[in-house]
Amino acid sequence: MSIDKALDRKDSGSRYYAVYGVLIILTIATVGLSFCDLHAWHTIVGLAIATGKGALVALFFMHRLHSARITWLALFAGLFWLAILLGLTLTDYLTRAWLIY
Amino acid sequence: MTNKTASPWWHHFDSLEHQQETTTFGMWVFLATEVLIFGAIFTGYTVYRSTYTPSFEAASDRLNLLIGAVNTVVLLTSSLTMALAVHAAKLGQTRKVFFRLVLTAVLGLVFLGLKALEYYGDYRDELVPGLAFDPAQWTAPKVHAGQVQLFLVFYYCLTGLHAVHLTIGIIIVAILAWMTRRAAFNSRYYAPVEIWGLYWHFVDLIWIFLLPLLYLIGTRDRWL
Repeated sequence: MSIDKALDRKDSGSRYYAVYGVLIILTIATVGLSFCDLHAWHTIVGLAIATGKGALVALFFMHRLHSARITWLALFAGLFWLAILLGLTLTDYLTRAWLIY
Repeated sequence: MTNKTASPWWHHFDSLEHQQETTTFGMWVFLATEVLIFGAIFTGYTVYRSTYTPSFEAASDRLNLLIGAVNTVVLLTSSLTMALAVHAAKLGQTRKVFFRLVLTAVLGLVFLGLKALEYYGDYRDELVPGLAFDPAQWTAPKVHAGQVQLFLVFYYCLTGLHAVHLTIGIIIVAILAWMTRRAAFNSRYYAPVEIWGLYWHFVDLIWIFLLPLLYLIGTRDRWL
């Protein structure tokens, strides 16, 4: 079983430049949007764009699309424990109305 | 397979693909633990950010967005050169691997240099708790100097831990470049370039999330 079927052939790696172009456009977008008055939406918009950029980095630069399937296990384990860490902590703190100063 | 020099993979693997999958999986497992190191600080940050929102937004507005944004581009570019280095390694183009690894390390150094410049600017602006901090600057309604310092501590912990990771990455990429020069890799064996590429992209990924969480949490009206 080949790790990188798609990369075994001769290819110029042009998709890396395309992904890089999109990443730069998204960076300009996220910085530009910070000058617009989005009220409470800055963090949501910023994190949404960051998640998109992160997905591009993981899928293309980190070869997520072409790696052995078992590596998904490590990726999802990391994200799953992060979700527990964030989720269970925030269900506590975000429901303590008396702590808001 | 008992003769180590004759086989391109270690004796306890069935094949070269088996060995590559294992090393790649090992790096992903390590990166999963890294997610939790940064995740713990992100969680603490989220709790205080949601409780002390006005102070955090006021403090974020004082950070140097210009350097933050330029550094994002520098790091994304270094990820491109790293991805291209791994790509060249797969094709056995040793000279290209060497130059692209050197370029990646140099871009990492540019990032650290700009970051040092930014820290110095933060010091000049009295944004360093315990060293140079002026509570009298923070008098806006609902903004408290103590909460501002808490944001700044998160800022230094997150960017500092990121900088430590990047420093380790630069050293390793430099070693890989030296090994490439010594003809340690070929189109069949390049696993070290591949897995440290994963590490480098991960460090880039962390910064992608640090940018909005530290620099872009309120409405900006200036770069510096």
